[in-house]
Amino acid sequence: MSTLEHKLTKTTETVFTAEFHSLDGNGLEKAKKYADRFQGWFDGVNATDNTAAHAHASNVATAIAIKQLGLEPILQIVCRDKNRLAQQADIMGASMFGVENFVALTGDDVTAGDEPEARRVFDTDGPQLVRLMSTIKRGEYMSGRKIDPAPHMFIGAVENPGAPPFEYRVQRVAKKYAAGAKFLQLQICYHQDRLEKFCAGVRDAGLAGKIAIIPTVVLVKGVRPLNFMHNSVPGIDVPADQIARVESAANPSEEAYLQTLEFAQHALAQPGVRGLHITDFRNDETLERLMTDLGRVRQISTSEPTTNDVKDDHAYSA
Amino acid sequence: MTTFIATIEHVVKGPVWGCQDCGQCVLHSTGMTCPMTCPKTLRNGPCGGVRENGHCEVKPEMKCVWLKAYDRTQDWPLPATWKAEYNHLRPPVDNRLKGTSSWKNFLTKRDRWTPTGWKNSTDESQGVDH
Repeated sequence: MSTLEHKLTKTTETVFTAEFHSLDGNGLEKAKKYADRFQGWFDGVNATDNTAAHAHASNVATAIAIKQLGLEPILQIVCRDKNRLAQQADIMGASMFGVENFVALTGDDVTAGDEPEARRVFDTDGPQLVRLMSTIKRGEYMSGRKIDPAPHMFIGAVENPGAPPFEYRVQRVAKKYAAGAKFLQLQICYHQDRLEKFCAGVRDAGLAGKIAIIPTVVLVKGVRPLNFMHNSVPGIDVPADQIARVESAANPSEEAYLQTLEFAQHALAQPGVRGLHITDFRNDETLERLMTDLGRVRQISTSEPTTNDVKDDHAYSA
Repeated sequence: MTTFIATIEHVVKGPVWGCQDCGQCVLHSTGMTCPMTCPKTLRNGPCGGVRENGHCEVKPEMKCVWLKAYDRTQDWPLPATWKAEYNHLRPPVDNRLKGTSSWKNFLTKRDRWTPTGWKNSTDESQGVDH
């Protein structure tokens, strides 16, 4: 059983997960640097799948690297790039290397990326992919062909509490839960009222305690990434007052941190929330600061965290 | 004969609902809104990329197909049994049916065939089925 599964199903502990950076050149070398910064802080680290429709090192290879570097991977699989056969192959291939956490996403469209001329696949959609994962967990491929032994899997999904139709998002959660999702990583949401309504809705639907909600917060250095997310990332709306707050601050970098901390604390106070997912675009000391401010104690001591300033503007999609 | 029926169906459903000839029509359960007109051909609800104004991530000029489906299911005087199916988990499309008549596939129950593995998986809660 993975640490993430254990904590979410056997304890009441708050979990923390993080988005691993996308890997391109010097993949393993960079993976090591990223992993060093994450060591001891997180219960699971997401291996993204061509995030924001940009090609990178594959999700499965990244998940294996994460595991080999001593962290617990959460394998993201999106529906945009692979048909159901390739999705099943990803699951089985990753399982072969001990990956146990899986999360199903529909995925940004190809037009959100830098190769908009590519063919979009969507042979399955998010809820169908959750069901497909459950089928493999049960010991069968989609066709019914047996898998013996069945891989051990802890299945999750995503949802966006900040995109219309708001009230319907809860019904989607119910659908994904019914298909087998046990945890739910949320898209970044800069509208606190929407997150509140979403979490209350999940609770009122009788799903609190059945599916663990894990909202996402993002560490950014200033106003530029906020504007980027607002203007360029599908499904993310950053209210003008939140942008102005950082833009007009005497110290925008500090204000951006305080904003993230505030959103993190607010998210953790919502019903049904079992943890937090952190996307870090600062690559500085604020990751450690945020975790400490949230009461997290680093589990192991490692070498000093690196503060390499790696640009990763493509990876804003949670 | 089969081609003839498919042609008639396309002539009727194409202009009205933008029918994409998937051969396994679910219009009745989606507020008479064809999910195959979603650029991602999603059959189980909207993606997370819906814009603030309710329009499509891929086609900004178009209202999200699933917002339309949701509103129509709420507002239109459709049979309760149809509305009840709105939240059903629809299986992945059987791509072999593309271009065939969904009317015929409905009558022969061919459109309800699902792979064994899918069929054997059961939902984990009450109230949401497939």
